Amino acid sequence: MADMTVSEIRKLITRHKRWDLVFAMIGLFALMIGVLTFVALFTGMAMDGAHRLSWDFFTNFPSRRPEQAGILSAWIGSTLVMLVTACTAVPLGVAGAVYLEEYAPKNWVTDIIEINVTNLAGVPSIIYGLLALGLFVYQFGFGQSILSAGLTLALLILPIVIVATREAIRSIPGIIREGAYAVGATKWQTTADHILPYSLPGILTGVIIGMARAIGETAPIITIGALTFIAFLPPAPFAGDPAAGPFDWLFAPFTVMPIQMFNWTSRPEAAFHQNAAAAGLVLVVMTLSMNALAIYIRYRLRKNIKW
Amino acid sequence: MSADNFVSDRLARRKTRNLRERLIEVILFLAASVSVAVTVGIVAILLTESFQFFRHVSIVDFLTDTQWTPLFDDAHYGIMVLLSGTIVSSLVALAVAIPLGTIIAIYLSEFAPFTVREVAKPFLELLGGVPTIVYGYFALLYVTPALQYFFPSLPGFNLLSAGLVMGIMIIPYISSVSEDAMRSVPMAMREGSYAMGATRFQTAIRVVTPAAFSGIAAAYILGISRAVGETMILAVAAGMQPNLTWNPAEPAATITAFIVQVALGDLPHGSIGYQTIFAAGLTLMLLTLFFNILGHVLKRRFRQVY
Repeated sequence: MADMTVSEIRKLITRHKRWDLVFAMIGLFALMIGVLTFVALFTGMAMDGAHRLSWDFFTNFPSRRPEQAGILSAWIGSTLVMLVTACTAVPLGVAGAVYLEEYAPKNWVTDIIEINVTNLAGVPSIIYGLLALGLFVYQFGFGQSILSAGLTLALLILPIVIVATREAIRSIPGIIREGAYAVGATKWQTTADHILPYSLPGILTGVIIGMARAIGETAPIITIGALTFIAFLPPAPFAGDPAAGPFDWLFAPFTVMPIQMFNWTSRPEAAFHQNAAAAGLVLVVMTLSMNALAIYIRYRLRKNIKW
Repeated sequence: MSADNFVSDRLARRKTRNLRERLIEVILFLAASVSVAVTVGIVAILLTESFQFFRHVSIVDFLTDTQWTPLFDDAHYGIMVLLSGTIVSSLVALAVAIPLGTIIAIYLSEFAPFTVREVAKPFLELLGGVPTIVYGYFALLYVTPALQYFFPSLPGFNLLSAGLVMGIMIIPYISSVSEDAMRSVPMAMREGSYAMGATRFQTAIRVVTPAAFSGIAAAYILGISRAVGETMILAVAAGMQPNLTWNPAEPAATITAFIVQVALGDLPHGSIGYQTIFAAGLTLMLLTLFFNILGHVLKRRFRQVY
């Protein structure tokens, strides 16, 4: 080293600095591969499927004739399943997270719950399908119904809701709690009147991301045995003759958007592939707008709230 | 109202209030324990159904047989057949996702200008949010024909295109967790490196990456369990034919694709065919459990305390 002249050292520095530039290019290139794949996927599907997107596509049942087939039973099924999922996962997840953050004593029970939540997030979704098949479908006798599917997806997104809620609660400074206690509020009053409202945007972000995940999940719902060809709707409350009960729809057979798309994709005819592309387009737009909404809420949150 | 009365009234209200507080705490605790119940449920269901299965099939056959034909008259139950499909497709996916994900993470954490990072991170998140069935459609109808253009002998269903697309799907998981790990490396370490005359690239590779290794390893493990458990891309694009192969250019069923295939049919509850999917599920669960434990070990082993 000591023998190097200044010009040699300069050369060495330039050489090493060149690597900076090379790596920055490689990094940008790698990023572009991800971005371009997505663009290719989206434009490819749009080119194949966009012409199928019409009012009829949303109001027709699936059919053997591809040009008449639609996604009516699929999107209604998805909506109802999501309703069950949200009604289960949100209260359970938020309550669980509140317990872990505000109430839980430091002991081995709490440790077990925390490790559990972390590990559940890593369980493959199809395993939840097997759980639901054994438990909800046969043990509890819910059958291959909207209720079984909704509960399955609720368990699947439970860790997402819990983690997001915990993060939101944790970012609330302790002085808020101390202030509430100081004026005589109980723990629950503090939680319900202060902690939950302040963490609402964070919880909302987690719930939306979880729901976006659930709406695209196919494997667990196929595993519980959802049918791929449904040409009727679940009974509306109090409709029909004899009148359906208010909760009969929970136990109705159903199909959902991703399963409808899977069904069309696995057929050999190109015309059905176009239907699959159109259904995929609807699905992607739905999940992306939900994710984008979540990202936007989080962005606003970071900008606006300063404790 | 006398003062005496007033006090006892307050005390009574305090009592109901305390009772309500206790009740709420119990309810919240029950909600939190649902996650434990789910784990117990998964383990119980998988074990009981697999136990029934292993009363018909010996574990030795399960692990060593080279055929998987559970729905035929001449039934064979060699899980290696399905495992090979899972391993090959996961390896292809990781060969794409680990290098690209790591490079993206290093780039975003150490090189990218602020605006690029602010745009790229949400975009990558969106990439991770695309439903997997859509990726499956993409693999079957766009990537396979594109690959066939270069390799005309490639069959319509193959592990290669499914694996490649799965790799793209996993990139966001690996890059975002690795990037978080790198960003949490304290600035002082980078400054020390720059002060010694190191370039940006040298600092990134020799200082930041080793310091963040435990987090990066966790990201890889997360990617591996994603790949092993991925279902729809493989069910759509890799075919559902059980095939003992180590060649990614062939069609093959994975553990997950087999479960989907059986579930699409109509198997009676309690039959041996019904129990096979739980045995397959148990194998999958053990596989992901192994990687999760490995992840914990790596994380603890290489954790650096700043």
